[in-house]
Amino acid sequence: MPNTPQITRRELLRGAALVPVAGALAACATPASQPAPSSAAPAATSAANPFGVGDKPLEVWIFDGGFGQAYATDIHQPLFKSKYANVEIKHNSTKEITKVLQPRFAGGNPPEVIDNSGANFMDFGALSQDGQLQDLTPLLDAPSWDDPNVKVRDLLDPSVIDIGTYDGKFSVLGYVNYIHGIWYSQKVFDDNGWEIPKTWDAFLQLCETIKKSGEMAPFTYAGKHPQYLYEPLLTMAAKIGGNDVLVDIDNLEDGAWTAEPMLTAAEKWAEVGAKYLMQGTAGLDHVQTQTAQNKKQVAMLPCGSWLENEQKSTTPDDFAYAMFPIPDITSSDAMPYGTLHTQPGENFIVSAKSAHPQAGMEYLRAMLSKKAAGDFSELVTTVTTVKGASEGRDISPGVTSASKAVADAGENTVYYRWYTWYGPLNDEAKAATGQLMTGGLKPKAYLERMQKKADEIKNDSSITKYKR
Amino acid sequence: MVLFNRYRRGLFITSFLAAPVILYLVYVISPYVQAFYIAMTDWRGVTAVPNFIGLDNFQRLLGDSVFWKAVTHNIALLVLLPVITIVIALFFAFLLNVGGKQGVSGIRGSGFYRVVFFFPQVLAVTIVAVLFQQVFRPDGSGMLNAPLMVFGLGPVGFLSDPDLAFWSVLGVLVWQAVGFYVVLFSAGLAGIPKDMFEAAQIDGAGRITLFFRVTLPLLWDTVQVAWVYLGILAMDVFAIVWVMTDQQGGPDWSTTVMAAEIYRNAFEYFRFGYASALGVVMFFFTLGFAVLSLRLSRRERIEY
Repeated sequence: MPNTPQITRRELLRGAALVPVAGALAACATPASQPAPSSAAPAATSAANPFGVGDKPLEVWIFDGGFGQAYATDIHQPLFKSKYANVEIKHNSTKEITKVLQPRFAGGNPPEVIDNSGANFMDFGALSQDGQLQDLTPLLDAPSWDDPNVKVRDLLDPSVIDIGTYDGKFSVLGYVNYIHGIWYSQKVFDDNGWEIPKTWDAFLQLCETIKKSGEMAPFTYAGKHPQYLYEPLLTMAAKIGGNDVLVDIDNLEDGAWTAEPMLTAAEKWAEVGAKYLMQGTAGLDHVQTQTAQNKKQVAMLPCGSWLENEQKSTTPDDFAYAMFPIPDITSSDAMPYGTLHTQPGENFIVSAKSAHPQAGMEYLRAMLSKKAAGDFSELVTTVTTVKGASEGRDISPGVTSASKAVADAGENTVYYRWYTWYGPLNDEAKAATGQLMTGGLKPKAYLERMQKKADEIKNDSSITKYKR
Repeated sequence: MVLFNRYRRGLFITSFLAAPVILYLVYVISPYVQAFYIAMTDWRGVTAVPNFIGLDNFQRLLGDSVFWKAVTHNIALLVLLPVITIVIALFFAFLLNVGGKQGVSGIRGSGFYRVVFFFPQVLAVTIVAVLFQQVFRPDGSGMLNAPLMVFGLGPVGFLSDPDLAFWSVLGVLVWQAVGFYVVLFSAGLAGIPKDMFEAAQIDGAGRITLFFRVTLPLLWDTVQVAWVYLGILAMDVFAIVWVMTDQQGGPDWSTTVMAAEIYRNAFEYFRFGYASALGVVMFFFTLGFAVLSLRLSRRERIEY
């Protein structure tokens, strides 16, 4: 699931559509009166046991997708057991979360912990509306597993909390951090003496150098899926104009797309499109362009931290994947060098109406420990949302590079959500961004076209609006 | 007694008709009727009780530039697909059957070509679409671009250039359809008595005269059938566009068609009400085409 974002996005849309399905099914499957929530006197809480875990069993459901399920049985559960030997863990996994678990929710006996991911995940909005999601705010305020002086909240990337908040309550924990940047081969850069560009001028200079060297093309992106390119464009706009640029776009504010930072970013990328793209880029997809990079036909491409895992089979052993953030554009960018687009995924929830939600929260707390998150990173070669979890570990060059980028970024991370909220806007952005990069649309016309579509959606009463 | 017999006869007929008529009512007529109703609601696919919103969806689709782009593509296909396919298929069928020296047999190797032309028809549409993605690949691995690049011509974005993508789709549709119509026309040609060709040849008709003066007029009925079939194909073309083109109907909506927009609105945006409204519009386009073609193709049959 984490490997191809364009599928994930579609899956998200598909999932969004399931909201009412789940609702309708729940409506007919729900018994007239729910059994009283099993609020058997919770065990006493203490610093070591902040939620009051009792001795009832803990049921865990893992989405058995790209990450498999071994991380749960081999890493998370033993860690939990080490502290609560008397709690029986019932481990389960499925590829069809909704089909298997939706009836459990409707029947009033949902499991405690669910990795609600994959193509058939349950809609978070619907679950939240039904009061099925345990409020995880106590988890945020609890001491972390490793250090009683550090709160769990301080371990997490801020975007995890924003994106995991439904109806005002933090209730969804994104565990994996997808980190976006410009990816390259450290080996290729070292061999040719190329340096990571810190400013946009240096970036263009580098493109020029690579182009003149005749070794390879400077830049490419998944031309068939232009969302790979609007990502750095939007991140760049946020870097120039601040996070509000993206918030305004998400909230469909008037003139959000045509804002000045957006124009600058569109102009910069249109220039790359006109001068430095690998031949044929517009007609190639993500696998084809990424493989071209592995074959050293192109130096750089924008992607996310799933890239290394996705390209495992075609990457030469000494390739040494690495990434760098969007360079400084002007001397007065609103956000500093290192600003990153990070987007959490692989979402864990605790069911509020389960028998033992305290144990569920404790399980998540264990997952967020340095050891659990670090071992997880190592096992599935990815970056978690737990800060510094992969520190001191030699997982893979790509993970090391992405983790360092996150550490360097600190608070300066941005994200956007409009593409999951408004499908038609996403499709228009893909179409128009492709045109921007091939010269069919000038930057100004591009943004005007996007603004027109955004306004259309804003004024369409039949489309549910979201705010952040 | 007579009355009873008539009654029994009626019962007999009814018993045979009941099953197909019920199936037709349940699976064809009733969905059509429902679509008309759903088109006037804001149904998102799953709510139990959709809200009735009158003609709002139709008003909305008037301003939907993507949908109207799709309509123009369908109309272009409606004109171009039948013309090109029929011309090519007729040409091949003529060569395969009566294009030989004597005028009564095909050119050499026609048995072989007959099989080869039919190949595309055997492949599933999805496979054809995926195959052509590779054929059109815009780099050295593309079947068309590889030779072009050898000659120093830049890679052509058959599917990634919005000005070209539509023609690529049309090309694939023609490629896939021709084989079937070669067979159809061959069958039609087989029904024409051989002495007609012989007589024409004795009178000194060359191949071209033979084609335009004898073959074409005698095949006119079959050509009309082909025209209607291809017209319908052009109206509801979907799979090739959805699977083969970039961004499913792109780039930049340059290849999208009505069916693709209906699908997109229903199953990607979950706007079933609006998608039904698009479907109703498509229904009238198809109906219009059917009526028109029936009107235009009324013609006396030639009896041999």
